[in-house]
This record gives sequence, C-alpha cells and structure tokens, in this order.
Amino acid sequence: MAAGNAVGGHRTLNKTDSPFVPVSHRALAVRTGTRNAYFDRNEGAPLMVRKTHPEPGYPTAGNGILSRRIFLEGALVVGATGAGLSCASAEPLAVQPWMKVPGPGFAGYGQPSLFESKVVKVFPPPPSPATQGVGASRTPLHLLEGMITPSGLHFERSHSGIPDIDPDQHRLVIHGLVKRPLVFTLEALSRYPMQSRIAFIECAGNSQALNAPQAQPLNVSAIHGLLGCSEWTGVRLSTLLDEAGVEPEARWVIAEGADAAAMSRSIPLAKAMDDALVCLYQNGERVRPSNGYPVRLLLPGFEGNMNVKWLRRLKLTAGPAMTKDETSKYTIVLKDEKAWQFVFPIEVKSFITRPSPGLALTGPGFYEISGLAWSGNGSIRQVEVSADGGRSWAPAALQGPILPKAPVRFRAAWQWNGGPAVLQSRATDDTGMVQPTRAQFAAERGLRGVYHYNAVASWRIDEMGEASNVYA
Amino acid sequence: MFTLKSIAVCISTLTIASAALAQAPQFGQPIAPADIAAWDISIGPDGVGLPPGRGTAIEGEAIYVASCQACHGEKGTRPNDALAGALVGGMGTLAPDKIPMKTVGSFWPYATTLFDYVRRAMPFQESKSLTADELYAVSAYILNLNGIVGSNDVLDAQSLPKVRMPNRNGFIPFPRNPK
Repeated sequence: MAAGNAVGGHRTLNKTDSPFVPVSHRALAVRTGTRNAYFDRNEGAPLMVRKTHPEPGYPTAGNGILSRRIFLEGALVVGATGAGLSCASAEPLAVQPWMKVPGPGFAGYGQPSLFESKVVKVFPPPPSPATQGVGASRTPLHLLEGMITPSGLHFERSHSGIPDIDPDQHRLVIHGLVKRPLVFTLEALSRYPMQSRIAFIECAGNSQALNAPQAQPLNVSAIHGLLGCSEWTGVRLSTLLDEAGVEPEARWVIAEGADAAAMSRSIPLAKAMDDALVCLYQNGERVRPSNGYPVRLLLPGFEGNMNVKWLRRLKLTAGPAMTKDETSKYTIVLKDEKAWQFVFPIEVKSFITRPSPGLALTGPGFYEISGLAWSGNGSIRQVEVSADGGRSWAPAALQGPILPKAPVRFRAAWQWNGGPAVLQSRATDDTGMVQPTRAQFAAERGLRGVYHYNAVASWRIDEMGEASNVYA
Repeated sequence: MFTLKSIAVCISTLTIASAALAQAPQFGQPIAPADIAAWDISIGPDGVGLPPGRGTAIEGEAIYVASCQACHGEKGTRPNDALAGALVGGMGTLAPDKIPMKTVGSFWPYATTLFDYVRRAMPFQESKSLTADELYAVSAYILNLNGIVGSNDVLDAQSLPKVRMPNRNGFIPFPRNPK
C-alpha cells in the first residue's frame, strides 16, 4: 500500500490523458514534481512563516500540498491554482419565500436548523431494549469545525445508562485518608472560586478500529468519534482536598460515579492535586446528563474513563483499588504476554476531518485539508500534512488559541489534481513527542492493545474524489 | 463627597475584606465515617472493605443462572450480549500472536475486583441488590468455572483476597506517565 501510493502521485502527474486533470493542472503538476522534496522542519510559534517559504499557492510537498501562507495572507492566485468551480454564469437570483412572511418567534432553548438534522451522534442499536445507554455514542467530527464540541454532540461512554440525578439530592463525599471527611452539596460546591479551562476528553478506546489487520470501511465518527472538547468550569479538586486535609500516607484517590454501575477509577494523588477540576459547567451551561450532570471530574489530558462522571465519592488511599476498569479493561496487552497498566496520558495524536469518507471531492481544484491535533502531555507544537502517503510533508497552519491538553484545529491548502492521493497528518507536541506511524506504533506495542491508538491515520482519495480508510 | 472619616471607613473595610480573603472558603460539611458506610463500597486488592459473609460455587450456581446467565451465557462461556463478554476461558490467549480473550480467568489479576464489580454494578437491571453471601457465592461460581477455586471452597473476607489469579503478574507499569 505504502509503496503504491508513494509513487502514485507522481505517476498521476504524467497521466496527461486523465479526464480529471485539466491542462492548467498539468502545468502545476510539473512544478509539483520539481518541488516535492521540499520538507519544512521550521516551526516556531504557529502562524509564523520563515522567509524561505515558497509563494502562496505554490507547492510545498508532493501531490499538491500548498504553502500554508494561503491562510496567513489570503493570497490565492486563481490562475495558478485553478480553484474556480465553474466558469459558467450563475442562475439569476430569486427572492425566497422566507423573505416574504415573518418567521416564527422565540424558543426557550435553541435548536440547530432543521436542515442540519444529519449532524447527530451515531451509536449502534442496543443489543436489547434492556441495555440502552451502555457502550458509546460518537461525535460526528467530520461535520464540525473549530475546536469546541457542541455539548449536545459530545461523545458519551457509559456503563449502565445515564442517571437522572436530582442536584438537590446529589452529594459528593471526600473520605479515607483525610483528617476531616467532608460532604458537599451542589450549593456548597457552587460557592467556591471557580476556574475554566478548555480541554479535550478522549475515550482510551478511540480509534481502536485501526488496530484491525485490514483497514475497515469506516468514517471519521466510526473511527475517531470518541473525542470531544469543551470549556469546563468548576472547582479545583486540590481546594476540596486541602479542606479535607490529606494524610501523608495517601497516594491515590478512588473516584466513583453515581450511575447504576458506580463506575470507579483510581487516580494518582499528584494528578488530583495538580490540575484536576470538579466540573459543574460545560460550555457555559450545567454539565449535560450524558457528560456527568451535576458534577464530573476533569483530569486534563488523561484517558477519558478516568474523568469520572456523576461524581459522588472520592476516597483517599495508599494504593489503587484495582477496579474492573483499571485491570480488565483499560490496560494494553503488548506483543508479549504482559500488559501495560495505568496508562494515563493520551499521547500526541491527530487526524484529518476533511476530506474524509462520505465527504467526496467534487472535482479537481483547491481544497482545504482540515483536522484536529491534541496531546494529553501538553500543547501542539506542529502539525504536518502529506498527500502522498507520508513520502513528503509540509507544515499545516495551526488555528489559535493553542492550549495545553486541548485540540488544535489545523489547516493545509491542497491542490487536488484529480489523481489518487493518500492524505495524512502528523502532530508533534511541546514535549517533542511525534505521532508515530502505524508501523512504529505496532513495533513498540503490537496491535493487540485496543486502547490508546494514536498512530498516523490515512485517507485514500480515489479518482472519483471518494475518501476511504487505508493503512499507508 | 469624601471626608477623611469616609476614607478611613473605606480603608478599614478593605482591611477587613483582605483579612477575610486570607482564609480559604470551607463549605464542606463534616461527616462521621459511620455515616459514609452505606456509600463506601470500594474493596482493595488486600481485601479491605470486604463485608462479613460467605459462599461457595455450589451455592453460587443458582444465583448465576437466575441473575447473570441471561447476558453472560451458560457457564459464562457464550455471552448473549457482546458487551457483557465471556467470563470464562481464554487461558493461553495472551501468548504472542494470539488474539487475547480477556476473561476473569485468563486476565483479571485480583479476585477482589470480581466481588467489587459485581457488588457495585451487577446484576445489570438491579445493581447492588445481591446480599454479601450471594456475592461471595456467585464470585466463587465464576472462579470455579475458571478452575481457580474448588466447588466447595468457602469464599469470605479472609479467603477471597488470598485467591491466586493466573494472570496476577501479567501487568507492568506504563513507562511514560507524567512524573
């Protein structure tokens, strides 16, 4: 696969009889061929460009990746890129009916346009009516933009449905190795000084379909849809732990939810005292029931399962509880018989949301390659994109703000010549960790681990403009 | 109009305000450990938290058939629900190049986890409904199906933590956690 696609782009450049390649593109293709070795390692602050970059609209990597200066200067040269959809005149404009009568009035809680009804979470039907709310619903990330996930579209993972919790009845208790066991009402939690931060939550099982030996015909939400990002607001957990008085022998905090499964995980005390947040708000409103109403734990950068929803209890202990989810589930079976346990951070990762399966290209010309990059260990420093299956790379523009443990939207300009292409993105975080290739990922740990899959993902674009999941 | 007196009042108010800020807000309500007991369902791998009670695999079979089998299948080997997963079997499937079948017998490192999880989350439709004796018995039944305890072995707060799980040494720490 890799070899075929690595040369595929260049073969296409010579395929002058292709009906998908207009004459103007053949001219560009020649230039692409001469510049495809250009490889930019220069990255400082995002949206800063070194003088040696090529002109806007010119290729910086093979198979049509253009300079990101397009995003900085808006300097598309239509003649050079052939970006227009059509040269024919548009239809005459008519006055639409909604301009002729008043529209409806107000609503207490706004809803998306009726025309956006396809932008919904996806989830399999429950195995039986008795087990609704078990498993996961997935965010349609390919249909969204920016870095924030709308709360109603944030993915869900629950183990025994979504509890309907009366906030007046809910309590959070802190006990175990503390000087003063304490119980908090919602009203009490609401009185503390609050903090907001924008942070991703990603299920450790996200992208696990890419462990499969053969690439499956899946789209963005089916592969990568267990990722969301919100502005979370709440009380620092360290504030509450300080009030309870942590005993010196405490090393772990067992966090437990108020769902029917009483989902629980052991969390290192160091993380709890560092940046853990007891969240009451998500994107400005109270946390949604599916995301933990009325209180959820946020452990920025740590695997989703540890960000316990419907938080009711925090027990300080000397050792971990070895709960079901931290032994039998969220552990990673390696190439030998051993398994990694307590795999906390989501390591550096990215994928392309557009183009992607189901979002067919409509014909040769200019396209923005858009995607998300994130790291549970810090901030994204650089994202590179490739259109030739990783043979050549060019830096993408990073859309600010760039925040630690939050996704960054990246964008790259692409001149599709109508031939086969394999689109990839590769992120680097500010610890210097680079997203591995699938081969590098498999060489370290094998492909039996299920969880924490973060290797470079690939979309193949065929000559009809359709995208599909491939291994490249 | 400001006077010296009003300025003095302002200054003293500020002084009081900053003194108040120096004290962290404390809105937690003290609670006695005995009053937390109903919520404290965590069981450590050392057995801390296990309740009084006892049970054997022989006693556990009827509980399993009545409360578990609908999803987990007969004798825990043929789950009727993919999410429920098999509870029994898979021994040897962690070997290199095999597809791991992770069950209580082949993968779980601690028997206490089984008791803890069944107590907090099972049976699915009525979690937290089994008595301590029933929990020990059904745990013994699942362990017995995996060949880990005998059918008449008594499980209780003393014996359960001593059950040696086959994959007890199967886990190593992730090398790249934050310090």
